Amino acid sequence: MLVLKNLRVKVGKMTIIKDINFNFEKGKMYAIMGPNGSGKSTLAFAIAGHPAYKLESGSMRFEGRNISELSPDKRAKLGMFLSFQTPLALSGINVFQLLRIALANKKDPLALKKKIETIAKKLGIKSQLAERSLNEGASGGEKKKLEMLQAAILDPKLLIFDEIDTGVDVDALRTIAKFMNENKDGKTYILITHYNRILHYIRPDKVLILMNGRLMKVGSAKLAEEIEKSGYEKIMSNVKS
Amino acid sequence: MQDPTVSNLDFEYRYGFSMPQKYTFKSKKGLDQDVVKSISDIKREPAWMRDFRLNSYRIFKQKPMPSWGADLTDINFDDIYYYIKPTDKQVNSWGDLPKEIKETYDRIGVPEAEKKFLAGVSAQYESEVVYESINRELKKIGVIFCDMDTGLRKYPDIVKKYFGKLIPPHDNKFAALNSAVWSGGSFVYVPKGVKVKLPLQAYFRINAERFGQFERTLIIAEEGSYIHYIEGCTAPIYTTNSIHAAVVEIFVHKNARVRYTTVQNWSNNVYNLVTKRARADENAVMEWVDCNIGSKVTMKYPSVYLFGEGAKGEVLSIAFAGNGQHQDAGAKMLHFAPNTSSRIISKSISKNGGRTSYRGLVQVMPGAKKSSVFVSCDALILDEQSRSDTYPYMKIKENDVTVQHEATVEKIGEEKLFYLTSKGISRSDAEGLLVNGFIEPVVKEIPLEYSIELNRLINLEMSGSVG
Repeated sequence: MLVLKNLRVKVGKMTIIKDINFNFEKGKMYAIMGPNGSGKSTLAFAIAGHPAYKLESGSMRFEGRNISELSPDKRAKLGMFLSFQTPLALSGINVFQLLRIALANKKDPLALKKKIETIAKKLGIKSQLAERSLNEGASGGEKKKLEMLQAAILDPKLLIFDEIDTGVDVDALRTIAKFMNENKDGKTYILITHYNRILHYIRPDKVLILMNGRLMKVGSAKLAEEIEKSGYEKIMSNVKS
Repeated sequence: MQDPTVSNLDFEYRYGFSMPQKYTFKSKKGLDQDVVKSISDIKREPAWMRDFRLNSYRIFKQKPMPSWGADLTDINFDDIYYYIKPTDKQVNSWGDLPKEIKETYDRIGVPEAEKKFLAGVSAQYESEVVYESINRELKKIGVIFCDMDTGLRKYPDIVKKYFGKLIPPHDNKFAALNSAVWSGGSFVYVPKGVKVKLPLQAYFRINAERFGQFERTLIIAEEGSYIHYIEGCTAPIYTTNSIHAAVVEIFVHKNARVRYTTVQNWSNNVYNLVTKRARADENAVMEWVDCNIGSKVTMKYPSVYLFGEGAKGEVLSIAFAGNGQHQDAGAKMLHFAPNTSSRIISKSISKNGGRTSYRGLVQVMPGAKKSSVFVSCDALILDEQSRSDTYPYMKIKENDVTVQHEATVEKIGEEKLFYLTSKGISRSDAEGLLVNGFIEPVVKEIPLEYSIELNRLINLEMSGSVG
């Protein structure tokens, strides 16, 4: 559903992503792993259309459509969703206001409010948190849960979670993973993670290893376990030999 | 800067229509002693007011234009009509208004607002208040709400006691001008202990071209009383300039509280030069909520003179400057007594080459012990062409005080915009959301009906940037 072909991405003058080829299939769960600075977040931003992340060459197709020239909101409208590594605090805007505009005021506001409440409850988000300025004074776990809440309402086809487990306590991680497992039906997930804590609760169909902006290895869930045991360097030296 | 093709207001300003001009009296263009005398004659005023006007005219002539603040060089005092009487009689039923005027207020939405949530309404068209109504119950308990001319006729003693006492003609050039040619405005008197729950509202409408509106408002809140007064202003779009130079004086007596809310939405050809001042006595509370969205140039600094011990003053201010606009707005707080406190919260937004300036003065006099001062001014700049400046002046002449001052200037963040657009929100909607979020602390203080209108206005201004 998302096909990356010879993808090169630069930020300013620096090329970060180098010649990535990959086909993300519909309904599958992917994990992208790699050490710090390997280009994981850059890849996520480039797919979502961040204006500072420019396509140097190659292409990105989503459900057969070339998306490389589309603005972020148009990509989102096609069914893509990006959850930031650190979701930004927005003063004076609560999650209801954000979603109401994201849905172009099409949904009845009372029905939307109810839906938000129901999902917030499932995710264990305190009701006052949903009414407050988004992400302001929220803990790491709460922020990620609020992202999950938005994803559940916007109902995208492809969900990318950048550093889903960073700054998140075990209980929150478990809740988020459970929610993902229960809401897989036909959706494609890309979980970007530095550690593999989340992978104790979610079994990915495929694990991608990114290093220095290149896709070094693709494997099954076992690959994540190997990395946990031996670290990236060991795995990579095996690749080379 | 003034290119009309890039001014979003030309497309979006929904009050930009004008009606045929049918007037019972229109003064000649320009200003001299005879024009001042004729205004006083038409109004059949007492001698003291006529003298006050003529004296003010002399002061106006002597005073130079302010050398600070916004650029006023385009104002041509000889090219303005100073007094226009739109109709012979004032009515208290919308149906009785002349057709053009009635249609104007229908389109602005005044009649529905009155029915829904107001205790009284007055509507000024050009120089005169043409419609007035007040809740019967309020009238019975002695609340006075009428136009300033009627106030002078019916309650000369009260008017003489307060008129021009807080803002004398020599205060500044535009206060002098207003004092010379004032017409209309509101006279509000709230007796001791009376708390008026619903707001009173005045609507100011300029219809004629090259016109000057100089309304004069006087509010007196007696001991322990409460009143909330709201004003709204609109005008048609002309290529020539109009002036709006109002004077508002408010006396808040012991333990009384007055809130004065302005939603200023003049069209882009109006110079809005207003002097607003309140005096707060012992434990009195004065709150200005001042929203400046429209006009070409605004210079306005609502002030509170904290005279009584324990008095409180507050200014909540929002300014939005788009293409060709300069909002030079702020606040003044003068602490004369111990235990007084003041709070200024200013939020300004500039966009499409617009300019906002926060200009504030806080002065604590010797002896105003245990007073507290809080000033917070935040500016949001939406693009490279726009500008924002901050001029905060503090003169603290007493040691035993608490002073807090915060100021921020931020550009609208690309990261925040990306965060929102990546959720499927268009860039202009995302900007609108961020701007509305930015002013939310002030907007939540405004009655719901007005905050909805204010958010709508901001969204209109924001969407104007696209295409």
